[in-house]
Amino acid sequence: MNEVISYVRRPELMTFTMPLVALLGAMFGFITGNIFGSPWIGFVLGAAVGAALAFVFSKIVKMKSKQKTLATAVVFGVVGLVFGGLGGLFGGFLVGISMGWFANWVGSGRYRAGVPIYYTPGQVLWHNAFLFICAFVFFFLIAPLLPVVWLSFNAENFFTFTPEMLSFKAEGYSLKHYRDFLGTDEWMVPLKNSLIIAPIATLISVSLGTLAAIGLSQSHVPGRQAMMAVLISPMIVPLIISATGMFFFYAPLGNWLELQLGLNQAFVGYVKVILAHAVLGIPFVIITVTATLVGFDKSLTRAAANMGANPVTTFFKVQMPLILPGVISGGLFAFITSFDEVVVVLFVGSARQQTLPWQMYTGLREQISPTILAAATILVSVSILLLLTVELLRRRSERLRGMSPG
Amino acid sequence: MRQKMRALMLVAPLLIFVVVTFIVPILSMLFRSVENEIVPNTIPGTVVALSEWDGSTGQPPHEDVYRNLYIDLFKAEEAKQHTRLGTRLNYEQTGVSSLFRTTGRSLDDIGELWQDPLEAIDPNFEEGSFWFEMMSGTGGEGFLEQRRELMAAMSDENMSGDVGFVPSAEIIEMLPWTARAYTDFALWAAIRDGDTVAEEDPWESVYGALGMDLTNPDTVSAINSYNGAGASALQAAAANIDQLPDFGFREAFTQEDEDWGNAEVWATIKLYSPSMTPGYFLNSVDMSLTPDGVKMKPDNQQIYTTLFTRTLVMALIITGSCILLGYPVAWLLANLPMRTASILMILVLLPFWTSLLVRTSAWKVLLQQQGVINEILVWLGFVDDADRLILMNNATGTVIAMTHILLPFMILPLYSVMKTIPPSYQRAAKSLGATNWTAFWRVYFPQSVPGIGAGSILVFILAIGYYITPEIVGGTDGVFISNRIAYHISSSLNWGLAAALGSILLVVVLGLYWCYDKIVGIDNVKLGG
Repeated sequence: MNEVISYVRRPELMTFTMPLVALLGAMFGFITGNIFGSPWIGFVLGAAVGAALAFVFSKIVKMKSKQKTLATAVVFGVVGLVFGGLGGLFGGFLVGISMGWFANWVGSGRYRAGVPIYYTPGQVLWHNAFLFICAFVFFFLIAPLLPVVWLSFNAENFFTFTPEMLSFKAEGYSLKHYRDFLGTDEWMVPLKNSLIIAPIATLISVSLGTLAAIGLSQSHVPGRQAMMAVLISPMIVPLIISATGMFFFYAPLGNWLELQLGLNQAFVGYVKVILAHAVLGIPFVIITVTATLVGFDKSLTRAAANMGANPVTTFFKVQMPLILPGVISGGLFAFITSFDEVVVVLFVGSARQQTLPWQMYTGLREQISPTILAAATILVSVSILLLLTVELLRRRSERLRGMSPG
Repeated sequence: MRQKMRALMLVAPLLIFVVVTFIVPILSMLFRSVENEIVPNTIPGTVVALSEWDGSTGQPPHEDVYRNLYIDLFKAEEAKQHTRLGTRLNYEQTGVSSLFRTTGRSLDDIGELWQDPLEAIDPNFEEGSFWFEMMSGTGGEGFLEQRRELMAAMSDENMSGDVGFVPSAEIIEMLPWTARAYTDFALWAAIRDGDTVAEEDPWESVYGALGMDLTNPDTVSAINSYNGAGASALQAAAANIDQLPDFGFREAFTQEDEDWGNAEVWATIKLYSPSMTPGYFLNSVDMSLTPDGVKMKPDNQQIYTTLFTRTLVMALIITGSCILLGYPVAWLLANLPMRTASILMILVLLPFWTSLLVRTSAWKVLLQQQGVINEILVWLGFVDDADRLILMNNATGTVIAMTHILLPFMILPLYSVMKTIPPSYQRAAKSLGATNWTAFWRVYFPQSVPGIGAGSILVFILAIGYYITPEIVGGTDGVFISNRIAYHISSSLNWGLAAALGSILLVVVLGLYWCYDKIVGIDNVKLGG
C-alpha cells in the first residue's frame, strides 16, 4: 500500500475532503434523523460530524488508517448504544466503519490509487462510481442469502425478525428450527429421498455421459453435431416442458411396470424420478467432460497402446486419471441438478418420493415455517462446499493441462 | 472405419437413453396437443351415426344417433368414462360436463321404461340365464372381437380373456341393437367383473336395445318366423309392441335433459369427433373451433395471448436488467488481476450454486409485507407502517427475484467473452485520440456483443420457462405461461391444452436455441466460468 500512496497527492482538506465527508455524514444523519422523526436536524448534525471527522483525521498523522476507521466505528457504536440499545450499537458501528473508511479513503487521496495520474476529476469520479455500482451488484447477489441464515435461528415461528432478534437478546435466538429439521419425519424423509435419488441419478448420468463424451471427442464421428444437440437438449428445453412431457410418458410407463411386471409401487416411483433426473443431468456431464477432453493429449493413449496396454487398461490407467476432474465436476453439476430439482419431481413423483426441494416448495406455498430457512441454511452450506470442490478441481485440471489457474 | 464404429458404440447407450427417457416424452407431449381420441373411443357408434347429420339446419339429429348414444353411453357409464368425455367436451362448450354427468345417472331409468313392460309381457326376460341362452350361438366370433376392441379402447383397460359367450350370428342379423348391448354387457361382466355371464341379469340397456329392434317392422316379421332359443318370448314381445313406450330415444333423452335436443351441443360433439383436433392449439391462442369456422374468443375470455405477451415482456425486462447489472461486473472481473477476480468470482458463483428454492425463499423473506425490506423502510421512517410497499405477489416481485436468480447466467458468458478482448485495442484507440467513451463504445463494446447475445439468449430461454419462482412470488399478475401449464396439468386436468401451450413454448425456445447455436455454438457453452 505504501508505494501506492507515495505518489498520490493528498487533496485539499477545506475544499475537497471536508465537504465530501460532510455530504456522506449528512446522508447518514438524514436517515438516522428520520428514525426519530426529524430528518433535517439529523442532516445538519450529520454534516457537522462528517466535517469534524475529516478534520480530525487529517490532523492525526501517526495513527494507521485501519486504526482510525476502527476508532471511529467504536465511538459511533457507543453513541448508538446510548441512544438505541444493542441495535443502535450495531447500526452505529456500521455507520462508523463506513464514515471512517470513507474519510480516510478520500482524505489520504487513495481514491485515485486505481487510476492513471493523468485522469481528470470527472474520470476519477466515474471510475469510482463504477466500482460502487459493481459493489452494489455483488451486494445484490449475496445479500439476499444473509437474512435467511439469520432468520433460521429465530426463536419464534415467524418468517420475520422479532424485536428480540433485532436487539440481539439471547432469548430471541434458538436452534429449534434445526432441531425440527433434524428430528421430524416431515423433513428427514424428504432428505432421505433426495439422498437416494440424487446419487443414483448422478451415477447413471456420469457413467453413460463420460462414455459418450469420449466417443464424441474422437475425430470424424459421423453426425456429431446432431448427436450433441440431442444430448444437450434436456438442458435447453424449459423444465416445465420436460416435466409435462415426462408426466404424459411416465404415468403409463409406471402403470405398465406395476401391472405387467408386478413391481412394487414405491420402487417404480423411485425408478421414474431417478430416470427423469438422470436425463436432466446428462448435458452437464457431456459439456464438462468434452471440455476436459479437448485438452487431452491423444498421443498418450497411443503411447500406452505402443507399450502393450489394451484399450480398457489405457482407459482406466491413462485417460481416466487425467479427465477425472472434469468427470467429477460434471458429476457435481448433475448431482446439484437432481438435488435441487422440483418441477419434474412434482409432476412425475408421488408423495412417497417427496424430495427436500419439494418439501420446501410446499412449505413456501402453504404453511410458512422457519424450518424451511433452517433447511435453506444447510443447503447454502452444502453449496459452498460444492463450489469450493468444483473450483479446486477446475484449477487442478487446468494446472495439469499446463494452463494458468483462473 | 473401425474407430468410427467404436466411437458410435460408446455414444449409443447414452443416445438411446436420452431418446427413450427424454425425446420420446417430448414427442408424446406434442402428440397429446392434437390428440382427441377420447371422443371417438368413448362414443364410437354415435360418432359414426353423427357423421351423416347436417348441423347447419339447426335440427337435432336423427333417432339413430340417440340410439347409438344410449348404447355407447351406457357402457361408458359402467366404466365411469362418460364424465371424462363430458369434461373433455366441456372445454369446448360449457355445460356439457353436467349434461353427461346427470344423464349418466338416469341411463338405468331410461332402460327401465322398456324393461318393465317387457318383463310384464314375458317373465322369462327377468332371467339372466334365459337371455344368455337366447343370445348365445355360433358364428358371432368376429362380432365379439369387434365389440371387445371398442370396449378396450373406451375403457383404457385390457379386455383380453375368455368371455364364455359367443353371440349367435342369427341373432346379430335379426336383433342388431340387442346383440351390441348384450355383447357389451357380456364382455364387461366376464372380463372386468370376473362373473359368469349366464348368471348375471343383463344391463337395462339390453332391454332398451330390444325395444329399438322391435320398432323395425322387418325385425318383427323375422321374429315371427324365428324358431331358435327364446322364440316364444320374443314373439310375445313382438305381438305386444303397443305395451312398450310409444316414443323413441330422442324423446327419452330430451326428457332427461332438454339440452340433448339442442343442435349446438350436437354440433360441438360432431366437431370434436375426429381423433385429431386443432382445438387445443386454437384454444391456446384464444381462438375456438366453432361449427361456423375458427373464431376469436370473446374479449373477456382471452387469457392466453395476454399470458404469452406477459411472459415475453417480463422475460425481456429480466434479460434487460441482467444485462444492466451484469455488464459492469463482468467487465470488472475480466479486467482485474487474476487473483482478485477469482475471489470476486466466488460471489457470483455462490448464488449460482445455491438451491433455487433457497434463493426464492430468501426473496420471500425480503419482499413480503412484513419482510426485511419493508421492515427496514418502516423503521427508518421512509414508509408509513399503514401503507407498506407491495413488492410481492405481483410482477415486481417476479422481476426482482428472477433477475437475481438469473444474473449469474448473464455474467458468466459475458465474462468469458470479455476475457478474450485484448486491452491493448482500447489503449490504441485512446492513443489515437479517442475519448474514454468513444474507445469503449466504438472499440470495446462491439467486441463484447457476442457475450451479450449469448448471455441474453441463455437468460431469456431460462426466464420464459420458469415456474417455481413466479409461482411463489408472482401472485396472479406475475405468473408466466408455465404456471398456466402446471395448472392445467395438476388442477384443471385439461392435459391437451397444457400440451398445446407447452408445444408453443417449446417451438419458441427451440427457435431461440437455434439463434444461440448460430451466435455461440453449442460446443462453446461453458459452466462455472
